[in-house]
Amino acid sequence: MTWLSQNWPQVVSLVGEHLALSLPAIVLSVLVAVPLGRFAQRRPRVGGPLTSAAALLYAIPALPMLIIVPVLLGVPLRSSTNMIITLAVYGTALLVRSVVDGFRSVDPAVRESATAIGYSPLGMFWRVDLPLALPVILAGVRVVTVSTISLATIGALVGIGNLGSLLTDGFQRGITSEVIVGILVTAVLALALDGLLLLAGRILAPWRRART
Amino acid sequence: MRSKNLLRIGSALGIALIGAGALAACSSSDPLDNPDTTDNSNGGGALVVGSQDYYSNEIIAEIYAQALEAGGYEVDRQMRIGQREVYMPEIEGGKIDVFPEYTGNLLQYLDADATATESQDVYDALADAMPDGVRVLEQSDASDQDSYVVTKEFADENNLSSIGDLAGIEGLTLGGNSELEVRPYGPEGLKSVYGVDVAFTPIEDSGGPLTVKALMDDQVQLVDLYSADPALASGDLVMLEDPEGLFLASHVVPVVSDAVDDDAAAIIDEVSAALTAEDLVALNAQSVDEESPAATIAGDWLADNDLV
Amino acid sequence: MNLFADAIAWLADPAHWQGAGGVPVRIGQHLLLTALALVVAAAIALPSGALLGRTRNGGAVIGAVAGSARALSTIGVLTLVGLWLGIGIGPPLVALIVLAVPSLLAGAYSGVQSVPDETTSAARAIGMSGAQVIWRVEVPLALPVIVGGARAAALQVVATATLAAYTANVGLGRYLFTGLKTQDYGQMLAGSILVILLALALELIFATLQRIAARHASPSLPSKRTPS
Repeated sequence: MTWLSQNWPQVVSLVGEHLALSLPAIVLSVLVAVPLGRFAQRRPRVGGPLTSAAALLYAIPALPMLIIVPVLLGVPLRSSTNMIITLAVYGTALLVRSVVDGFRSVDPAVRESATAIGYSPLGMFWRVDLPLALPVILAGVRVVTVSTISLATIGALVGIGNLGSLLTDGFQRGITSEVIVGILVTAVLALALDGLLLLAGRILAPWRRART
Repeated sequence: MRSKNLLRIGSALGIALIGAGALAACSSSDPLDNPDTTDNSNGGGALVVGSQDYYSNEIIAEIYAQALEAGGYEVDRQMRIGQREVYMPEIEGGKIDVFPEYTGNLLQYLDADATATESQDVYDALADAMPDGVRVLEQSDASDQDSYVVTKEFADENNLSSIGDLAGIEGLTLGGNSELEVRPYGPEGLKSVYGVDVAFTPIEDSGGPLTVKALMDDQVQLVDLYSADPALASGDLVMLEDPEGLFLASHVVPVVSDAVDDDAAAIIDEVSAALTAEDLVALNAQSVDEESPAATIAGDWLADNDLV
Repeated sequence: MNLFADAIAWLADPAHWQGAGGVPVRIGQHLLLTALALVVAAAIALPSGALLGRTRNGGAVIGAVAGSARALSTIGVLTLVGLWLGIGIGPPLVALIVLAVPSLLAGAYSGVQSVPDETTSAARAIGMSGAQVIWRVEVPLALPVIVGGARAAALQVVATATLAAYTANVGLGRYLFTGLKTQDYGQMLAGSILVILLALALELIFATLQRIAARHASPSLPSKRTPS
């Protein structure tokens, strides 16, 4: 691999830039999707259309989105803020349905018992609903994580440097190995984070393990 | 029960902190954020050198950057920015100080009605058209302009040496970026200047591998390639001559902001003077064939030309 | 919102609705490409997912395969196949199939998994052959979830099929790329609006299909119309 042997440091630095874009986006998606999904689950009449509308955000093609977001929010086109917001929009679109399903999966009997013991609504949310909904929500977060890391490569088309730059550069110069490295490193990064989240899920919700 | 909860929450926090730590480490080295404050608008600050999302342009930008560094300047690199719509506002806004450009293409971007086609005329017109706060330095002999290319086979079969020789050939299809269709040197220009009829197929890779492959596979017969493209040196392709001047001359020219003082400008002018057309083709070939990174190629060229 | 006004103006212009590059033709190409990708992806994913749904550890395999496919960046696949195949719809088609497989696979797996063992045993006990059990019991019961997977896949494919215009003169993505390259942002936005409308239409169709499948799977359950 001639290309890789000469360009290894560049790959490493691009991984860093890629994470700097993806991780905040994933966190932002969670912070937006959880309250949104909670609201949608509690009020199904509004919630149903709301969830569908959120899911449809995914249909907005990425390139126009990268150009519209700066126009709407006044951030520079080539900034990481633009990329993070765009990725977070797609992440939220993917996550809301999982959050709704997660909260819906909480056994009403458990909630009734909790109320009977004397949990306040806030306490109920943090100590009962969220932990019990966590497995389903976490499954959704894993999907969002993988998708976000893979989607972030599109930033290279508007000059936001990340692993996608390996794809555009390799393509221009016809260096197939560079493109393959770009695809593989992105995939490995995504799967590594996915694995970390899986681990986190096992730690946070050990009762699930007992079932299988 | 409580201790188990604590353990769980603690582990979750731990993972979150590791993530945040990694994030912070990455963010602090994130050169992507456009500087809000002008820490590079005075002579003492770092000069920002940028490049297009084009490997050849990146090599030239690296050459400028390394030459400036050798001259004692601090340089902040922002490579592979993207299209003109994206970076021109930033150059005009003073966020980028040095940028390699091409006279003809830039002139067309700034003044779509420009009529100059000869090398010096284009340069003069461009110097006039530059917005406030930015200027062009001396242009280089090196050029990387649009040119019409056919396969050697096709050229031999039809006795082609200039674009005009295509007139009268049936079933020609031109392949190139979508904007080529509306450019004055596109299908319209071919018809009006040389009497050549072409159908158009958009291929979005700016004369890259898709375009070359489409030409070699005879899916299109005529393509627009950049004259410094190493593929042109392969012997399978023939660049058609343009005696009527359909294409504007387009030489490499540095675009600089007012933050670039005379000494820095002198360094860059030295580079421009030394960079020949053959050099540029060779640099591009090195990038494609030896797969070396731009920084290495730039460093080697500067060393070979005694400029560092 | 100047941009928006430009987009509306572009859409309102009748010239853009005629000819080989007109809106109806582009929509047709876009839908055809989407359908083709979905059908091929389904042909790969549905049988595999269904088969794995009957095994014990299928979940892990599904998770791994779907996760890996999802981790492959779409423009990465497009670029790689493009270097190999050149222009045409080959590269985008491959990239879109890779994109559609995870949702379809997960849907087929969950759907078949959700069919209770007792039901299949009962069916076999009545004397149904293996094939009859699959087609008359498992598939109808699994169908709502499978359709749900197809719905998610369709949405992703329709949005991403815009990338096909990078290597071929097809689809609504043409308006996006031409608009971007010629700085005609009205055209670019108009193309995006068309894609979103198309996605909405597909969502409605799939939602209806899912509802029909659900009713078909459990006809004994009270529907909204019958008094409970």
